[in-house]
Amino acid sequence: MMRDTTENIPFAISQFSPAQLREALRKMHLIRLFEEGAEESYMRGLIHGTMHLSIGQEASAVATCMELTDADKITSTHRGHGHCIAKGADVGRMFAEFFGKETGYCHGRGGSMHIADVKTGNLGANGIVGGGLPIAVGAALTAKRLGRDDVTVCFFGDGANNEGAFHEALNMAAIWKLPVIFVCENNKYGMSTAAAYATAVPNIADRAVAYSMPGVTVDGNDFSAVAEALHEAIARARAGEGPSLVENLTYRWRGHSKSDRNRYRTKDEIEEWMTRDPIARFRAELIAHGVLGEAEADAVEVEAKDAVAAGIEFARQSPTPAVTEVTKFVHAEVAA
Amino acid sequence: MNAQVQIDAEVRELSYAEAIREAMAIALESDPAVVLMGEDIGTYGGAFQVTGDLIDRFGPERVMDTPISELGGAGVAVGAALTGLKPIFEFQFSDFAALAMEQIVNQAAKLRYMLGGEAEVPVVFRMPSGSGTGAAAQHSQSFEAWFGHVPGLKVVQPSTPAEAKGLLLAALADPDPVIVFEHKLLYKMKGPVPAGHYITPIGKAAVVRPGQHVTIVASAIMVHRALEAALRLAKEGIEAEVIDLRTVRPLDRETIIASVKKTGKLLCVYEGVKTLGVGAEISALVAESEAFDYLDAPIQRLGGAEAPIPYNPDLERAAVPQSPDIERVARQLAKGEV
Repeated sequence: MMRDTTENIPFAISQFSPAQLREALRKMHLIRLFEEGAEESYMRGLIHGTMHLSIGQEASAVATCMELTDADKITSTHRGHGHCIAKGADVGRMFAEFFGKETGYCHGRGGSMHIADVKTGNLGANGIVGGGLPIAVGAALTAKRLGRDDVTVCFFGDGANNEGAFHEALNMAAIWKLPVIFVCENNKYGMSTAAAYATAVPNIADRAVAYSMPGVTVDGNDFSAVAEALHEAIARARAGEGPSLVENLTYRWRGHSKSDRNRYRTKDEIEEWMTRDPIARFRAELIAHGVLGEAEADAVEVEAKDAVAAGIEFARQSPTPAVTEVTKFVHAEVAA
Repeated sequence: MNAQVQIDAEVRELSYAEAIREAMAIALESDPAVVLMGEDIGTYGGAFQVTGDLIDRFGPERVMDTPISELGGAGVAVGAALTGLKPIFEFQFSDFAALAMEQIVNQAAKLRYMLGGEAEVPVVFRMPSGSGTGAAAQHSQSFEAWFGHVPGLKVVQPSTPAEAKGLLLAALADPDPVIVFEHKLLYKMKGPVPAGHYITPIGKAAVVRPGQHVTIVASAIMVHRALEAALRLAKEGIEAEVIDLRTVRPLDRETIIASVKKTGKLLCVYEGVKTLGVGAEISALVAESEAFDYLDAPIQRLGGAEAPIPYNPDLERAAVPQSPDIERVARQLAKGEV
């Protein structure tokens, strides 16, 4: 790295403009507040089914997507609300989808686990662990075959790294040198099963060696560390040098889903991780380096709160799909 | 693109495998988004020599050998289809698609729906299928009913070289995922095939032999076994109407119901396991339709045995319907002996 390290300026501060950094902080707040809003709506019976919250993992989602454009693709996971917002989705249409409304991103057919926004390059969350891994490789293949320079970021969790799809996908991305970045959000548990128990290597990034690609493990709650790792991986992908694996170590504050009683981890562990709040850390960093003042940082959070309140209201007032249209969207509609 | 067979098109004798290869060559020539993917489809030419010399004509970027990674390979095809390519993915044997059910059933079939119509997956999966090659239980199955059970998929089963070409070109033109079951015993069968681009419509069955005494609905190689049986029955004055199903999903209700209303007798013949198979669905749709009142005899089914496909050739033949079986049951139906 050529940048000046004498003043200990974090990578992200030197790499991005104040406006970009402010927007990143807003998105991190938006993710947390969106999920808190979704959780509250669930408790009040406005949302049915289940959801997988990523509260505590906001830096990973936003920092990973910092350098992506709408032409770049992501594939996401069952814990994908953060990725969706980071890639540019509108929280009103997201809430509408959670509420099962026709105005939702999937017209009420997908819900939390299938939320997507193809226009911003988000190819969708996925209800199947590891489901998005080969799909991401396919998206990268398209870019290469059609001579485009867009890249694909494939989010997955520590649980997915023991799926066969992970190994098949990484191998194919490597042999074909495809522009894809595999981003593992290692939050220590696949549902209740500890990654330390279920995975034969100490770091999931160690598995990159088996597929001849760079692998790096970073503090996933450190915005700048994630952004720096992605900067290098994206540059490598755009240059046609092939895939990379980045492992963001993070932690989910909530349970796996709404049915989780947290029997597999201690209260102490959860509370310890809550002291490493990625949003508070990033905010403090921006203030310390003079990017934002306290008042402006507060204003960013208020902006996000207003967006969430407006989003919930939009969702509540939106129409539900007609039950006569249960088979709509199964196939392309044939022109008469 | 041409939606009809050109009447003046040059017609040649091609094998079923050559007809499929010709369809793929037309697609590769006319659309830069088309790519072929699969195991050993390049220099080797495919396990059944269907891709043949296409790698020499179109190069390894359009005719891509995949590692032996059925799940991952199918998923790459799904992701490529989702983002602008039109992949034709060959499974070496349809049995190996069991390794890729996740990507076919959970992803390809459902993406359009899950995303509320905001995305499409125009992928074609080619699956060499069926028994009769002595390859035993893991290389001989007929999975049409498995995939036919999944909303979001279309499933076709060509029985002739001309159909094999036309249905593959129809599958490619379709914006949704289509599974093409190619019967291995038909690859070397020759037949007239029009030159150039044409489409055999998905969802349309064909009455390949008209008759008034009994309706036989068959697919893939069973069409030929049914036609052989019908020829012998004709010598006894029994005229069987043979319907080539062509598409398992969506089923052509109209053609089936019209035929049963005419004959009053229905025999379903299919190679997949009899229980919960394609013939069960055809029987049910007839029983639920206005054709029920026209039935003069109980509906009959001939399907695969309730066993894996065995190795011993006599056992293997006994495990799936053969022409004499079809002849016997059709005769019983026609004579009111059922």
